[in-house]
Amino acid sequence: MPIFHKFQSFAALREDLTQVETNPFNIIIEQVLSETEAIINGRRTILAGTNNYLGLTFDPRCIAAGRKALEEQGTGTTGSRMANGTYAGHLALEQEIADFFDSPTAIVFSTGYIANLAILSTIPGSKDVIMLDADSHASIYDGCRLGSAEVIRFRHNDPADLDKRLARLGDRAASVLIVVEGIYSMIGDQAPLQEIVAIKRKYDTYLMVDEAHSLGVLGEHGRGLAEQAGVEQEVDFIVGTFSKSLGSVGGFCVSRWPEIEHVRYAMRPYIFTASSSPSIIASTRVALGILREQGAELRRQLWENAHRLYLGLQTLGLVLGPETSPVVAVTLGKSKEHALKVWHELLDRGVYVNLVMPPATPTASCLLRCSLSAAHTPLQIDAIVDAFGVLRDELQDC
Amino acid sequence: MMKDYDAILSELCSVLQSFANENVETINEDTELVADLEIDSVKLLELLMEIEDRMDISIPLNVLPDVSTVKDLALALQKLSG
Repeated sequence: MPIFHKFQSFAALREDLTQVETNPFNIIIEQVLSETEAIINGRRTILAGTNNYLGLTFDPRCIAAGRKALEEQGTGTTGSRMANGTYAGHLALEQEIADFFDSPTAIVFSTGYIANLAILSTIPGSKDVIMLDADSHASIYDGCRLGSAEVIRFRHNDPADLDKRLARLGDRAASVLIVVEGIYSMIGDQAPLQEIVAIKRKYDTYLMVDEAHSLGVLGEHGRGLAEQAGVEQEVDFIVGTFSKSLGSVGGFCVSRWPEIEHVRYAMRPYIFTASSSPSIIASTRVALGILREQGAELRRQLWENAHRLYLGLQTLGLVLGPETSPVVAVTLGKSKEHALKVWHELLDRGVYVNLVMPPATPTASCLLRCSLSAAHTPLQIDAIVDAFGVLRDELQDC
Repeated sequence: MMKDYDAILSELCSVLQSFANENVETINEDTELVADLEIDSVKLLELLMEIEDRMDISIPLNVLPDVSTVKDLALALQKLSG
């Protein structure tokens, strides 16, 4: 069929992957045992690639709230937010998120992906410019594609390059929305937010920070990088997700601009998507409460684990990201076959990490991406390091 | 003032040569960036950054869907440099 011709390269890749025992892009979790362990290929496996930063997926309070909502309100809303899909719980969660961020308002979306799609495709218009970090997540790129603004990339975490590109725009710089992430998902590095805010001030632009991987992870109260950097009042839009630190699924946007409430009714990805089910909203609300009340202790455990893994892998001489982070990525070479082999060997040793290949990686190299949880034990971290250690020579030869 | 198309094409071909697969011998206006030069999406974005630095311009991603050949890119660059 001609319509499928352009997918020949995918077909070839798929054919290659059917030759291996386990397809890394179609991994099947046969049984979930806990926040940090599952049965994969019949083997007890440590989960070191789930973004379950605070380990709340099995918190009994979240489960009880989800179960109660399921029984009382049913399995789904069967509608979009603007039709029949707004329940009292959706509004309560929006109020609780707004309170958490000390923001005039918040909007809840069905996923973090949709949050970025909605905000970036709607707020900047055809006369505006989005200037995004080159290593931005696919949801940010896709949101830009869905909208009508001009889209310009600046070099990853390079404020000088951002400055140069804003200068080129002249008077148009005032209608720019700069987009960065709190923690970049692939190698776990943070945006140099204070420097970026200084540039935002210089050109009087707008700034959006995607805190998907930094909510609950950074800042005294867990609000993310903007809080940690002390620049929350300078950030115009914060987008985030419930599917990492809050252990459920969904997304949100808060803004210091109350006008964002008008935008709610213009965002097609918001208008035409079924809203989150009551059980998801209920467990998310409880998880947010736990983040507010016990987040500091969970963050302490998470960062202890991050330091333990980063140091362990660094001691092995592996090539890691530039800073300690709950996302620890081991950089391999360009050979996808070799990367796949090493990933398999880790799985055979009972450790699941994410295998990331170009073009999903920031460079032409493959990555073995680990993400940690507050729920990991020191013994589990050591087991992850040991598994990498056995493969050290292979990893260095990649 | 809009830059001369031939000058842009010449500079573009010189940058492309360093990014293209080593088996590629000649690059001209009709060369397909992806099919002929075997430039993947990661390389293409690196290439654009290199061109941006050389020409002191920013290339909006919005122009890329219309770019298939070297000529398409050279014309887009000429427009942006005007």
